[in-house]
Amino acid sequence: MKNATAFQEKTLTQIDTKWRFVHWRSAILYLLPSMILFSVFLFYPLGKTLYLSFFLTDQQGVANVFVGWENYQYILQAESFHKSIKATLLFVLYTVPTGILISLFLALLANEKLKGVGFFRTIYSSTMGVSVAASAVVWLFIFHPSMGILNQLIASVGGTSIDWLLHPDWALVSVAVTTIWMNIGFSFLIILGGLQNVDEHLYESAKISGAGYFYQLRRITIPMLSPTLFFVVTVSLINAFQTFGQVDILTQGGPSESTNLIVYSIYREAFVNYQFGTASAQSIFLFLCILIVTILQFKFGERKVHYQ
Amino acid sequence: MYSVELINVDKTYDNKQLVVKDVNITIQSGEFFVLVGPSGCGKSTLLRMIAGLEGISAGTLRIDGKKANHLPPSKRELSMVFQNYALYPHMTVEDNITFGLDVKKIRKKEQRKKCNDIAEMLGLTEYLKRKPRHLSGGQRQRVALARAIITNSPICLMDEPLSNLDAKLRAHMRAEIRELQRKLGITLIYVTHDQVEAMTMGDRIMVLNEGEIQQVGKPIDVYNSPANPFVAKFIGSPPMNLTTGLVNREKHHITLQDQLSIPIDPMVLNNIENNKVIVGIRPENIEISSANSQANLSFEVKIDHLEILGTETLIKFKWNNSDWYAKWHGQWNIDVGQSLQLQLDKDSLCIYDEHTEKLIVKPSNIQKQNVREGII
Repeated sequence: MKNATAFQEKTLTQIDTKWRFVHWRSAILYLLPSMILFSVFLFYPLGKTLYLSFFLTDQQGVANVFVGWENYQYILQAESFHKSIKATLLFVLYTVPTGILISLFLALLANEKLKGVGFFRTIYSSTMGVSVAASAVVWLFIFHPSMGILNQLIASVGGTSIDWLLHPDWALVSVAVTTIWMNIGFSFLIILGGLQNVDEHLYESAKISGAGYFYQLRRITIPMLSPTLFFVVTVSLINAFQTFGQVDILTQGGPSESTNLIVYSIYREAFVNYQFGTASAQSIFLFLCILIVTILQFKFGERKVHYQ
Repeated sequence: MYSVELINVDKTYDNKQLVVKDVNITIQSGEFFVLVGPSGCGKSTLLRMIAGLEGISAGTLRIDGKKANHLPPSKRELSMVFQNYALYPHMTVEDNITFGLDVKKIRKKEQRKKCNDIAEMLGLTEYLKRKPRHLSGGQRQRVALARAIITNSPICLMDEPLSNLDAKLRAHMRAEIRELQRKLGITLIYVTHDQVEAMTMGDRIMVLNEGEIQQVGKPIDVYNSPANPFVAKFIGSPPMNLTTGLVNREKHHITLQDQLSIPIDPMVLNNIENNKVIVGIRPENIEISSANSQANLSFEVKIDHLEILGTETLIKFKWNNSDWYAKWHGQWNIDVGQSLQLQLDKDSLCIYDEHTEKLIVKPSNIQKQNVREGII
């Protein structure tokens, strides 16, 4: 009898551990695809970058000499990197608020119940479907010093033409304009979605109370839209910090490094100058910057966000 | 307090189908007026037209005697309570209540004072700093009420305000809203699909179906003599029992399904044009047949279902292929499946023309009921 119970208990625990193993195994199997993808394309490169940032490398990118924090010290003292940080911050400042304000404005327009509003919604969101390279090339033509439509317009009004991409003061603005144009599609679509989620009755109730359009905008629309705006701001910030394609096509970081944004600077450091160590150090620096900005944003920005 | 007048009002969305057809009604100032009808009958549309949230396709709307067709909602001096309350989810209860005052740029101090007064009246004082999502359904409902009455608008519109509440709370809020209206003396236009709310709350009710007025009157009059079979079916729970009858002019009676014959005054008979009529009787006017009853009005049925509600007993049976109900006072011990001899009270019948659906004969024992109500 005693044996029987002992035997039963033993089999029970055996079955239990067996089942636990089976569950665990199937859970891992389900997770495996994303784990492989993340490892190959995210975790491994991140680790490798961190590793390389402490080394001097040869031209093939093979780590040769361990130098500790020297790469970091070097980039933090280098004037070109300071310039690059300054350009990136300015670029973020130019693109993010302007882009979101324009998108918000367009979304408010496109949220009205009008005939043919679907057409405008399509147009406003269409830049989402254009690749960075294609739109940069289009803007390259627009900004062309003599043939570009922008300078022709200025000339026709009687102004003096501007060397958009060739003048150090204008180049960053020009890249920013291109970027804003490219990002509007995405921001517009997300904000429009947010607007359409706001209960129509709130506006009707406000209308009966006698609230005007801007009063409604300030006290109902913007607060109700805050989760959406928060998302758009976060994504736009991160995107702005990582801008590369349009810089490469429009200015290649010039003139006189005025558009040498961090990611472009990393690219040049690694694949033009073959300084993989300092490039990695810059990458880690950028990663930390974005991380800190995002954490700060969640900490302070989210307080003003109202979730349903 | 303002009156609201609708003159030949139409509403159409596609210029083909009328959602509201030729509505003529004057809502007196200080009246509790209930618009009732099944869903999709146009009652909410009508209310939104009065509010100014929907345009008026044809006809005239007068508020306080002045034409208001094209006035914006804010200029109509009314407040509105929505079905889903439409509380601003990001604002505290206090901000929600004072929204209308804030719009009018009334000083903060005064806003707070008014808000506190109204919160006290509605028992919301301790919730003022909370967000609507932290309130129960009944509390949200009260916030919506508070927001509507704080502006002192002479007209208040309510669009099915109780339909999101549970049954018990609904019964409680019915009385509360009615008392509030009486205390403030405002003109209240109330939309509901629930005939119990219509019966219990309104000074007058208007029954709508497919955009057309079916009947307007005091709830008890509408209940006692419904103007047509639709109203008879819609008002009252369980609904009025209806069946078709044939007029026999020689013998001065109406036969129901070759079984019963109802004697009819020859004078009344002259008013009946069509030979086919619809005869209706309220469930409470079907009685159990006694030995000395008129044989021509009694019939035997098999009981299908029984509900004993404590004060009354509801009996369901099939008669001539339609479900009929009888409602008797007290608790009756009847078995399902049992046969019963029932009889109709011939003074309580409503008779309608089958073709025009107009009421020809009203129940004649209403007076008796009115007196009895007066004594109670």
